[in-house]
Amino acid sequence: MNELYNKFRSLKDKIMHILVYLALIIALIPLFSILFEVFIRGISAINLDFFIKPTPAVGEIGGIANAIQGTLITIGLASVIGVPIGIITGIFLSEYSENKLSTIIRLFNELLNGMPSIVIGLFAYVLIATVVGFSVIAASFALALIMIPIVSITTEEALKLVPASIREAAIALGMSRWKTVIFVALRTTKKTIITGILQAIARIAGESAPILVTMGYWKWWFAGLDRPVANLALDIFLFAKSPFENWIVLAWGSALILIIIILSINIVARIIMKERY
Amino acid sequence: MSAYKIEVENLNAWYDYKHILIDINMKIKERTVTAIMGPSGCGKTTFIRCLNRMHELVPKAKVSGKVIFNNLNIYDNNVDPTWIRRKIGMVFQKPNPFPMMSIYDNVAFGPKIHGIKKRSILDKIVKQSLEMAGLWEEVKDDLQKPASALSGGQQQRLCIARALALEPEVILMDEPTSHLDPISATKIEMLIRKLAENYTVVIVTHNMQQAARISDYVAFLYMGRLVEYGPTKEVFERPKNELTERYITGKIS
Ligand SMILES: Nc1ncnc2c1ncn2[C@@H]1O[C@H](COP(=O)(O)OP(=O)(O)OP(=O)(O)O)[C@@H](O)[C@H]1O
Ligand SMILES: [Mg+2]
Repeated sequence: MNELYNKFRSLKDKIMHILVYLALIIALIPLFSILFEVFIRGISAINLDFFIKPTPAVGEIGGIANAIQGTLITIGLASVIGVPIGIITGIFLSEYSENKLSTIIRLFNELLNGMPSIVIGLFAYVLIATVVGFSVIAASFALALIMIPIVSITTEEALKLVPASIREAAIALGMSRWKTVIFVALRTTKKTIITGILQAIARIAGESAPILVTMGYWKWWFAGLDRPVANLALDIFLFAKSPFENWIVLAWGSALILIIIILSINIVARIIMKERY
Repeated sequence: MSAYKIEVENLNAWYDYKHILIDINMKIKERTVTAIMGPSGCGKTTFIRCLNRMHELVPKAKVSGKVIFNNLNIYDNNVDPTWIRRKIGMVFQKPNPFPMMSIYDNVAFGPKIHGIKKRSILDKIVKQSLEMAGLWEEVKDDLQKPASALSGGQQQRLCIARALALEPEVILMDEPTSHLDPISATKIEMLIRKLAENYTVVIVTHNMQQAARISDYVAFLYMGRLVEYGPTKEVFERPKNELTERYITGKIS
């Protein structure tokens, strides 16, 4: 009786195993087919023009150089705003964990984190684009709002994992509490924090909705922070819905570049996590 | 100036409402090793943490009484606790080098933070401190290696070097050998004797033989009270208090 039961259990175990693997394969098929499709089609778009020319006039040949430039500027400005605010917020949350203000900030963080990015875009539009106009500033502000909760939550978690014994060592050397946080705790955990920052950057690199709301399309080169710039994610849409064959090829090319950028950021994040220092 | 480096007067300490140390009076001579003994939970760690103002870092912790260091009460209102902690260094029970820093940086860190920038001066401090801690010969070619690559005993000596780099006058140690193998422990014991030539050392230990080997004075704490204090030899041979005798003979632990 017992033996039969055991056999039944091991059979059940095997079936479950097979089902889990099957589910995994089913989940991976679309992912790989998308990557494969983008790679095959995108690679045919790639040539020198693609990298050095800006958005072409209707029907003409061009590239995505201005979109790469614009994406880097937008992400860069968003990071300049979002990373310090995120880190400082994270420090505050970990150091004043019990504080009332911390509870409120955490609530905001969760709210921001869960908010559809287009709503964040709309917020940036009302607050900034209606004053300055469609601009890099408005777009970067929106993207910074997406980064802040990610960076601050990672920073808070990372700082909380720094052992109390390490902080005590610093304090016993006559270091003030704030010097301890900045020179010891942050340093001890900088890998985790940098990884969090890179993940936040990877996340905003592919955002399109908030860009559309705050900046719209722009087919030229960068012309100032109070003007729009081109953007890879938006270019994909612009090119893809056009009737021209050579533009559609550009859309695939842009998609490939965007995926490569995001993938590289993730790989760098992984390498940093593995390194000892 | 009195011959005492530290004079503890009516020291009381609390964690929230828990009264841990009760009316402790104790005078510690300069350049001696004083061992603090007593059963687990009697307040040894709390006591030495009161000597460099680390106790107050615990939320709701309180202290009353005086700790006079070089004729200055460290609990006076105008005393900066970070200055006290530089003058009265501390080595912890578990070796705790800064994990993301090299051996060199671990030692240079204190002086750097307190304003020494010149590389040549830092180099000298690092070398002297590591020599003093008996670690120089073992690590002089690996100064840039991460501190976490050292053995436990080496890490503990690194922590001692790190404390020495600030040129303290007193060094507090909380069971510094309890996490180490016997050979590493012996090295640290010999080091402590050597340190007493230049520094005043206060060491918490559970190990009676260790206290007998390395200390000049022994203090015996029992449930937050100082029940016996005197020259090591006297206390071990003729304890005045019955509790001390029972502790020394292993009847209470
Ligand atoms: N952070 C804290 N909060 C509240 N109570 C504490 C705290 N640290 C220690 N205590 C209590 O204070 C008392 C004395 O603790 P202490 O660590 O000073 O003892 P000890 O003599 O060093 O013991 P051991 O030999 O086990 O290290 C104990 O009853 C302990 O439970
Ligand atoms: Mg203790």
